[in-house]
Amino acid sequence: MKDTYEPYVTEDGRQIGGVLMEMKNITLRFGGVVAIKDISFDIREGEIRAIIGPNGAGKSSMLNVISGFYHPQEGEVWFKGEKRKPMKPYQVAQQGVARTFQNIALFEGMSVLDNVMTGRLTHMKSNLLQQVMWWGGAEKEETANRERVEKIIDFLEIQHIRKTPVGRLPYGLKKRVELARALAAEPMLLLLDEPMAGMNVEEKEDMSRFILDVNDEFGTTIALIEHDMGVVMDLSDRVVVMDYGKKIGDGTPDEVRSNQDVIDAYLGVSHD
Amino acid sequence: MSTASAEHSALVSIPHLLARNMAQLPDKAAYREKEFGIWQSWTWSQSADEIRAIALGFLEIGVNKGDFIAVIGRNRPAMYWSMVAAQMVGAVPVPLYQDAVAEEMAYVLEHCGARFVVVGDQEQVDKVIEVQETVHGIEHIVYHDRRGMRKYDHTQMNALDDVQATGRAAHERFEAELEARWRALTYDDICVMLYTSGTTGRPKGVVLSNRNIIETSKNSSEFDHLRVDDEILAYLPMAWVGDFIFSIGQAYWNGFCVNCPESQDTMMTDLREIGPTYYFAPPRVFETQLTNVMIRMEDAGRLKKWLFDRFMAVAKRVGPAVLDGKSVSGMDRFKYWLGDLLVYGPLKNTLGFSRVRVGYTAGEAIGPEIFDFYRSLGINLKQLYGQTEASVFITQQKDNEVRPDTVGTQTPGVELRIAENGEVFYRSPGVFVEYFKNPESTASTKDADGWVATGDAGFIEEATGHLRIIDRAKDVGKMADGRLFAPKYVENKLKFFPNILEAVVFGNNRDYCTAFINIDLTAVGNWAERNNIAYASYQELAGHPRVLEIIQGHVEAVNESVAEDEMLSGCQIHRFLVLHKELDADDGELTRTRKVRRRIIEEKFDDLITALYDGSQTVSTVTEVTYEDGRKGSIKATLELRDVKTISAPSQMAAE
Repeated sequence: MKDTYEPYVTEDGRQIGGVLMEMKNITLRFGGVVAIKDISFDIREGEIRAIIGPNGAGKSSMLNVISGFYHPQEGEVWFKGEKRKPMKPYQVAQQGVARTFQNIALFEGMSVLDNVMTGRLTHMKSNLLQQVMWWGGAEKEETANRERVEKIIDFLEIQHIRKTPVGRLPYGLKKRVELARALAAEPMLLLLDEPMAGMNVEEKEDMSRFILDVNDEFGTTIALIEHDMGVVMDLSDRVVVMDYGKKIGDGTPDEVRSNQDVIDAYLGVSHD
Repeated sequence: MSTASAEHSALVSIPHLLARNMAQLPDKAAYREKEFGIWQSWTWSQSADEIRAIALGFLEIGVNKGDFIAVIGRNRPAMYWSMVAAQMVGAVPVPLYQDAVAEEMAYVLEHCGARFVVVGDQEQVDKVIEVQETVHGIEHIVYHDRRGMRKYDHTQMNALDDVQATGRAAHERFEAELEARWRALTYDDICVMLYTSGTTGRPKGVVLSNRNIIETSKNSSEFDHLRVDDEILAYLPMAWVGDFIFSIGQAYWNGFCVNCPESQDTMMTDLREIGPTYYFAPPRVFETQLTNVMIRMEDAGRLKKWLFDRFMAVAKRVGPAVLDGKSVSGMDRFKYWLGDLLVYGPLKNTLGFSRVRVGYTAGEAIGPEIFDFYRSLGINLKQLYGQTEASVFITQQKDNEVRPDTVGTQTPGVELRIAENGEVFYRSPGVFVEYFKNPESTASTKDADGWVATGDAGFIEEATGHLRIIDRAKDVGKMADGRLFAPKYVENKLKFFPNILEAVVFGNNRDYCTAFINIDLTAVGNWAERNNIAYASYQELAGHPRVLEIIQGHVEAVNESVAEDEMLSGCQIHRFLVLHKELDADDGELTRTRKVRRRIIEEKFDDLITALYDGSQTVSTVTEVTYEDGRKGSIKATLELRDVKTISAPSQMAAE
């Protein structure tokens, strides 16, 4: 019954399809520490899925499991209807999963354009020699990829910093560049690790608009981790709530908001 | 163009000019726009094809002759095409300021009764939808950028692409009708309606005929010898009459190319890439650029700084003379040539001014230092004086007759008259038809003989025939003791300091003058950085004691200079304060063209003005602010008031 949900259309007219990714009974341990305890949930095609929880709840670990960086000791990850074998992060990326990082992992010395171009790596076929020699379709490929990148630069409104080294940019713009690079990979599933951490209200509003637009225009499925409850509740279709490595809630923002366990986790009750 | 005058009799509208350009210059670039990092370009025949498609689409969605079509968006070819397409079907384009908030738009859309609105993107669509709650005449919204638009209810909405596609598909049905409509246009039909921002009261719709626009474009093009191979960068608001004249009137008359920047923020890069030959910017743009250059030079290495200072001194001495073709000694000529090679050339290139043949500034007075700086680099920067009601041009400076303190002599075809109270009047072929639905205002501005009151006080210099503008006629007042009060004159002097962004001077019917000052965050911020002064916000920096000291120094310098002019020596500033927020058009304190709205500021900051005149040393205040999305908030501040040294009037006092 889990595998196929009926596709439906949201109130604002977006198509939500079947299950794209499913986590089945995931447990992740680092030595004696249990970061994730027996968690199951799914991500449906076209939806914005949030994972929230207090500090140390295991959110980032979860995202790292999805992106293939961590390999859970127990449980299965299903993607596009197939069980995923243990694979390297770059193989996961080739399957159509892209991500951004909580503490920004861009090439500081390179321009915005070059940074975003690196996101196209999985789509480039010419080898190093061809690219160095600028021969055998390398030029054509570069042009096609540049075109794609320029569309994304236009989409995220960062034309004015195209040639600026990333190191010189303010924090909010770096976040946007990171999103651009992830988008350049044309992912089916986009993972955002705290896209709004450290932003002011206006930057948060901008970022929210971009996330919604990405989802709407490109139909990209988005899974995001976020601290800011207000933003999450406005943005996402469904929310998973984690606390101390366990799933304590899962459902629409309204359902989650009225869940007593969630309220306790956020307001704080004593853990015996 | 040489052929232009021969055919002139037939060129009675913009669509007629388009047809001529399509026939005579089919493969010449007409429009360029940078998109996706590349300059895309359209020839005259391609542009004509796009415009036709829009026009046919307009017919398909039911645009009637005489309808008003509002156009709201940033400068993009498609927006210009929509305006010309509107003219082709006999409708009147009404460009609006794209940064106006919904309630400002509501007034204009209601007033002109627009049935159709062409907008740039989703942001503007949202505003128009908000407006539709109160304004019910809008039948159809056409938007250009599809982004984010998929979920909208499209029963009364359409993408411009789709309008063009249906237009092209329906060309069999509408071709004859379209042909008949644009061919029927006459010299006296309405070309465009532009709303003046208005420093007081509601905006007024200025109706300009084809005659106004085409005659003006023709005269001013001849005056400056504009050519078919000129290039301009269209980046100023489309709702502003200047942009309409430059980017449509003169562009279609001469057939030159209009280049549209990629986005507002990339304007400087795009300027450099295009290297326009004909350029227009308000003083503020030149000020900002100069401030940036100076800041960069402060941070530059010692050798560069030395080269810059040395050669700028040479340029200051001989540059204007070289530009005006006056005789300069061989040694100076060599030094200037060397400077051009090492400093001026690269600098002009960085600023995007390498190819500027004719450059204009207008709208506000420009600081003499700023003006001379650009001229000394060899940029032919000139001043013009104009207004919407004149289809821009009233006076212009001739090449080789350029001075910072005048606005030049009258443009060909313009007559000037100074009334007894000093107000400037003009009459020209560019004089507007009327204010839309406002005969009282029309009558009070334009008399039966076609003379128009500018509302500015000024005089014509006898020796040269140059016009000098002192101030807005209604702002010129008397102080309590009867001395002349000309606030703008003093404000301009204050604003010439890079640290001062805006100033408002009070003193009408008062014993002495006082001022509000806005600091320039870029300049003062850079100074603070260099002097290790930490600040968390605009407000904190603006209230910093050392900033106040600097501003006090500036005010005292202005007082010295004001005191030199006998007539205006009463305008010295006795007390001032630095405002805790930037004056902003969103709060109604400035017009959209960034002119100070005196009355509104007087009302809004009444408590501060009172404090300036009751002798108190500090004042606490709460100010309402409007955010860009239209929400309101408030900021609290305690401001320090400063007394300033003034120079007492010379000995004539006794004679009074």
